[in-house]
Amino acid sequence: MNESVGIVKPKKLILEGKLDLECGQSLEDIEIVYETYGNLNQDSSNAILICHALSGNHHAAGVYEGEKRTGWWDSLIGPGKAIDTNKFYVVCPNNIGGCHGSLGPSSKNSKTGEYFGPDFPIITVKDWVRSQALLSDSLGIKKWHAVVGGSLGGMQALEWSRLFPDRIKKAGIIAAAPKLSAQNIAFNEVARQAILNDPDFDAGRYLDTNKSPKQGLKLARMVGHITYLSEEAMKSKFGRDLKEDKLNFVYDAEFEIESYLRYQGDVFSENFDANTYLLMTKILDYFDPADEYEGDLSKAFESIKAQLLVVSFTTDWRFSPDRSKEIVNALIAAKKKVSYLEIESPHGHDSFLFADNRYTRGLSSFLDY
Amino acid sequence: MDTIEVIQQWIERDSEVLDLGCGDGEILKILSNDSGATVLGVEINQEDINACIKSGLNVIEQDIDQGLENFGDQSFDVVIMSQTIQVLREPKKALMEVTRIGKESIVTIPNFGHISTRLSLLFSGKMPVTGSLPKDWHETDNIHLCTIKDFEILCDESSININERRFFNSTGNESILAKISPNLFAATAIYKISK
Repeated sequence: MNESVGIVKPKKLILEGKLDLECGQSLEDIEIVYETYGNLNQDSSNAILICHALSGNHHAAGVYEGEKRTGWWDSLIGPGKAIDTNKFYVVCPNNIGGCHGSLGPSSKNSKTGEYFGPDFPIITVKDWVRSQALLSDSLGIKKWHAVVGGSLGGMQALEWSRLFPDRIKKAGIIAAAPKLSAQNIAFNEVARQAILNDPDFDAGRYLDTNKSPKQGLKLARMVGHITYLSEEAMKSKFGRDLKEDKLNFVYDAEFEIESYLRYQGDVFSENFDANTYLLMTKILDYFDPADEYEGDLSKAFESIKAQLLVVSFTTDWRFSPDRSKEIVNALIAAKKKVSYLEIESPHGHDSFLFADNRYTRGLSSFLDY
Repeated sequence: MDTIEVIQQWIERDSEVLDLGCGDGEILKILSNDSGATVLGVEINQEDINACIKSGLNVIEQDIDQGLENFGDQSFDVVIMSQTIQVLREPKKALMEVTRIGKESIVTIPNFGHISTRLSLLFSGKMPVTGSLPKDWHETDNIHLCTIKDFEILCDESSININERRFFNSTGNESILAKISPNLFAATAIYKISK
């Protein structure tokens, strides 16, 4: 029980056909990098699609040869885990617009031979879901047993149930919201300003000049990271602990929380693309399925046929339980099949990454039934 | 007939049913499997919630005491509140809400006026511990126990119609004694009510 899927290798494929985007542009020859865990059964009925969040990628579980770091959802995906790879065939792609191998701003445009950079079209959650449907076609999966994701990933799972009601049996919508609040957008805007105003951003053409707006990206990540943690978690992990045992009256990182945030920002800015970060925040800001229905979320949910599980976490203030309840209540009003769990967890928005017992039990019961 | 059979009998086929305080989903499972009902449960106990999800039932984790505003007026054919009203902080408000949400509602209560509780209190001088009230006073979740008489007075005062009523003795059966003098001989009462 509860082992890892072990050593994994990413796979690649080119999606067949053209993807017409909401913005009016279209993308062709879309390269997608993805990972799979477990085995697809004979009638292809045990496939689960995992949708990643803002800074996630296709490496959801297991480890790469020679590396120690596990995938971002290794706590939940594996043999005997909540998303049990002994039972299910789990697929996790890197979304288009990402920066870990799938077509995105840091890819070269096949028509011009230049980096897309800032010219990469602004895509939406709908576009993502449509691209994932093309991926499903390529993989021969007509209907997903489930589509599951946390945060921005949960929004994709929700959108899947709306857009492809006949191609999804269950949806796990974890730590998500039906749309961003003004406060959520405000935090995203601070992150964008940090990147856009980095002198090395070069109007998004930094790859052409071999630069990288690392300072801006670091700052963006630091702001974001604060919103992922709860007050409680920060207090118990760092409190007002000092790196040294006295104040030095300088502007260096003196409190532990300062050096933690700086470290997180540094690591992130080495491994992430600034244009992708801008794009991801925009995708979040634009998400609002009720918009086409004059703000009536339950009308937006009319097409849904899947059984849904909505999960929130008590200390999540980025997408609080109240935001999940908005989804749940609209689903109830639309007479859809929904269950809702509110999990007590100290980890804030990041709670969806931790294998809390009640959370994993609920999710596995939901997926297994 | 036991209480579950009565509930099943009272609910038309293919109804939409909401069970407030659904426990492990025992009633909902039967209604969904045998009566073709579309069911939704509301529960706060974590083990019960997981049991519901495990059986494929839809269940919302929600504290009824915190309100039920998220359920629309007359949005369910039937609302069930079985052995739950006595643990709520505001039973009257809950009854109003139940009859607002359901076109019809089914409520079951443990009868504190039952002869065993009366005698127990009279002779032992201690809070009664009986088959339908199995826990000591300091361990019980029941904070608003009532008798059959009390419940019917509350319905009357709240302009809630009692459309049907059935009474069960302490072995869970409908006996003649419980029928003749329910407030003394019924351990459990079950009501079909509406606004």
